[in-house]
Amino acid sequence: MLRQRKLAPRVPARAFATPDHYVPTANRDLATIADAEKRSMADALRTDSASAGIRFFGLDDPRQGIVHVVGPEQGLSQPGMLIVCGDSHTSTHGALGALAFGIGATEVAHVLATQTLWQRKPKTLRIVIDGQQAAGVSAKDIILAVIAHIGAAGATGHAIEYAGAAIEALSMEGRLTVCNMSIEAGARAGIIAPDDTTFAYLEQRPFAPTGAAWDEALARWRTLTSDADARFDREVHIDINSLAPMVTWGNSPEDALPITARIPDPADAPSAERREAISRTLDYMGLTPGAALNSVKIDRAFIGSCTNGRLEDLEAAAAVVRGRKVAPHVEAWVVPGSGLVKEAAQARGLHRVFEEAGFQWRHAGCSMCLGTNGDQVPPGQRSASTTNRNFVGRQGPGSRTHLMSPAMVAAAALSGHLTDVRELLAR
Amino acid sequence: MEKLSLLDAVALPIARANVDTDQIVPARYLQKPRSAAFGSFLFRDLRFREDGSEVPGFVLNQAPYRSARIVVAQRNFGCGSSREHAVWALYDYGIRVVIAPSFGDIFAANAAKNGLLTIALPDAAVSSLIALLQRTPGLHLRVDLPAQRVALPGGTDFPFEIGAYLKNCLLEGLDELDYTLSQMARIEAFEHSYRY
Repeated sequence: MLRQRKLAPRVPARAFATPDHYVPTANRDLATIADAEKRSMADALRTDSASAGIRFFGLDDPRQGIVHVVGPEQGLSQPGMLIVCGDSHTSTHGALGALAFGIGATEVAHVLATQTLWQRKPKTLRIVIDGQQAAGVSAKDIILAVIAHIGAAGATGHAIEYAGAAIEALSMEGRLTVCNMSIEAGARAGIIAPDDTTFAYLEQRPFAPTGAAWDEALARWRTLTSDADARFDREVHIDINSLAPMVTWGNSPEDALPITARIPDPADAPSAERREAISRTLDYMGLTPGAALNSVKIDRAFIGSCTNGRLEDLEAAAAVVRGRKVAPHVEAWVVPGSGLVKEAAQARGLHRVFEEAGFQWRHAGCSMCLGTNGDQVPPGQRSASTTNRNFVGRQGPGSRTHLMSPAMVAAAALSGHLTDVRELLAR
Repeated sequence: MEKLSLLDAVALPIARANVDTDQIVPARYLQKPRSAAFGSFLFRDLRFREDGSEVPGFVLNQAPYRSARIVVAQRNFGCGSSREHAVWALYDYGIRVVIAPSFGDIFAANAAKNGLLTIALPDAAVSSLIALLQRTPGLHLRVDLPAQRVALPGGTDFPFEIGAYLKNCLLEGLDELDYTLSQMARIEAFEHSYRY
């Protein structure tokens, strides 16, 4: 778009790029991308970045990975920044106290050409989450519970601030998971105020400030909290003390229930519209009303994505998998979120834990989340997935996706059906 | 960008909430350049079977609706992925206006950049419009952007809100980037003066 108008990126130093949606995860060779248009997109990202002077982490660079894993990991995403990217899960970076949101191709071109973006100030929604995470419950369960509570359009037109004891108790990777799925509630952005957890995470990262610049930044970042008397357009309170591990059953991230629940019955729906929608969904998903969720047999298990592809996610899954075997009928994959996550996991021997159990240990990329690189769930097959969307056909035409946490995907892979991971942890 | 002011056209009822951008245009078309004709990818997997034959029950395949230039859908239309291709698919098919109680924010922003007007009307109004369009295939709606009204034949009017800046861009077919580039002196002055 810029070339057509004879424009160049105005401030290339404020951009960075890494290929993720189209890269193969079986290897690091772009030439193996079968589709010529996809291959040329990946090539174009490299050549356009080079000619514009934009920092680029390619497949030959261990820092390459899913952009929303790489940005925070590199210390590129910092409190107080305004971060945009041509991907809806840009909300992820809000975990660091940045205002971060996804935009389309035309707006990306606008930002590159002018280093500006036209915006309307969104409304504000504070979601206060209190209580303590029980064993087997994770940040993924928290955000699935939030979306189930407020709905897939619950935060449309709003920027969310996540607050409360349960949020403060989360590690940075947990916060990244929560903010990542803000878009699934329709939110413009999702933010968590920076605190000592944030600063400890950022310190020493490759692109974080150092020396006097670090001290200055820290002083500035500490001011980035909401005023004690701040008024939000809306406020929601959620207590997670009795939160159980969640799974989705339907074709919207809002269709989430505790693993202990049963598949909804259209007959119980509050309206004709809802009844029709649930019937249609259960038909596509091949599910029986009233059946126990923990009996649903799966074909595929996928651990990865910008939602849950980080080191703590892999550790949580490995803790469940260690010493056990994937069910014979299940094909199970682990796709680390970046080359550095992969290296760190290997340094701890996690790859051996997964491989000995029967998982495939692959290279970094978006992979099976949306399958644009060919990593798809075949038609009619059911996946347990740590990803963020369960739309019709998301992981491939006719695919059936159930969203859940890494520990829950691990449990499902081992037993061959959706499973309450707390039972496995108890043994 | 094509100007938009008055549109009198067949309206297509989509009686579903949460129509996500994966349904509007599947991921396997996202590597296509803008110059590709995206109209044939619109609602691809709802409209066509794997062998390329049409799904007769899908509303867009039914004769009176095929020439639709207006879509009326239920809440949260265009939720999910930021793919601007969803807007291109609607636009290349011929759609110029989408009416719904709410839209995915990113979809609405993308629409604004491409001359596709998104109109938010109250739930009850949209439900009654959808029911009417289902009963009367081929019925026209008249969208009047200057007057900010959607009108039915026979006179019922639905007023709608729209920001002045966006309204002007659509009426004049203005390209936002051109406008911003004309403001570069002010942008640079701000950057020099802003101490973060």
